[in-house]
Amino acid sequence: MNRQQVLDLYFLDARHRLVELAAFLDRVERAGGPDDFRMRSFRAALAALDGRQRDRARKVLLAFSDLTTQPVARAEAKGACGAPRGPERGRR
Amino acid sequence: MKYIEPHAHMVSRVTDDYERMALAGCVAVCEPAFWAGFDRSAPAGFADYFSQLTEHEPKRAAKFGLKHFCWLCINSKEAEDVKLAGEVIALVPEFLARPNVLGIGEIGLNKNSRNELQVLEMQIELAAAHHQLILVHTPHLEDKWKGTRLILDALKNQRRIRPERVIIDHVEEHTIGMVLDAGMWAGMTLYPETKCTPARAIDMLETYGAERLWLNSACDWGVSDPLAVPKTALEMKKRGHLAAAIDKVVYRNPRKFLSQSPHFKNAF
Repeated sequence: MNRQQVLDLYFLDARHRLVELAAFLDRVERAGGPDDFRMRSFRAALAALDGRQRDRARKVLLAFSDLTTQPVARAEAKGACGAPRGPERGRR
Repeated sequence: MKYIEPHAHMVSRVTDDYERMALAGCVAVCEPAFWAGFDRSAPAGFADYFSQLTEHEPKRAAKFGLKHFCWLCINSKEAEDVKLAGEVIALVPEFLARPNVLGIGEIGLNKNSRNELQVLEMQIELAAAHHQLILVHTPHLEDKWKGTRLILDALKNQRRIRPERVIIDHVEEHTIGMVLDAGMWAGMTLYPETKCTPARAIDMLETYGAERLWLNSACDWGVSDPLAVPKTALEMKKRGHLAAAIDKVVYRNPRKFLSQSPHFKNAF
């Protein structure tokens, strides 16, 4: 597909998601109180959207990833929450 | 259009899903052993589950003209208890000769712990010892990148495992490259909320090419869609992909990988 065709197929959906994202950020800030580790990753991921650099999806996913390389001592829970808890984990 | 659903947990789906999948063109469904949503208390619970996957579920699928295959293992969410895992792994060989068993899966990691890794290595050894295909589950969300690296290292360390006989499932944009570079197959899972959307999966197909890639719904007892594969085929059509290109991803690719199993090859 050329760029015009991609825009025809996906622009409205992307616009919808961007407005939802903006509303989410407004909602979080309106609520008051401190950010937690999830919002730290979220803000790092937003930076990956900036500018005209490519490969954004991979960079956003890395911003939400534990980037350490050694196994943890024990699985304390089964679920995942979407962002690494430790301050050292999401940096690369 | 006909397609193969290479990853679906049909024991937790209703019969209507089989009917809808058959109507959409599904000809075969492959069911990896997974977590039931709760921890089983004893190895006997797994033995019953393996019997369900190899005896009961194929009959349920056959009512709608679908061939049913399965993979056997202890999943990573129940792998923190290494003693229990060892007892379950000891049960697996007696089921491997059953005619719908494809191999060992879905093994892998969940929280990337030392015990999970030890159990993963035990099951890689099991696959090597019995010359079985391997289907790997990669962790969710923040744990996926690290877990995929640890899994690839564990597989590479077992020199009897040939990469073309391994499918690494649930890849996303930050893990697909390392899987394909390792010579293994990659599965893209289509979920409404996590993992891949149809649009992103097709982006990866267009970026990396369609060799050693397949699509699956991984439908289970959570938020998931058993028709995710044909819906993605429709999305490919909207983007101008030709019928032959769609057929390769939804039918010929899974058939090629799975035909390395004599059970699949004999039945297809």
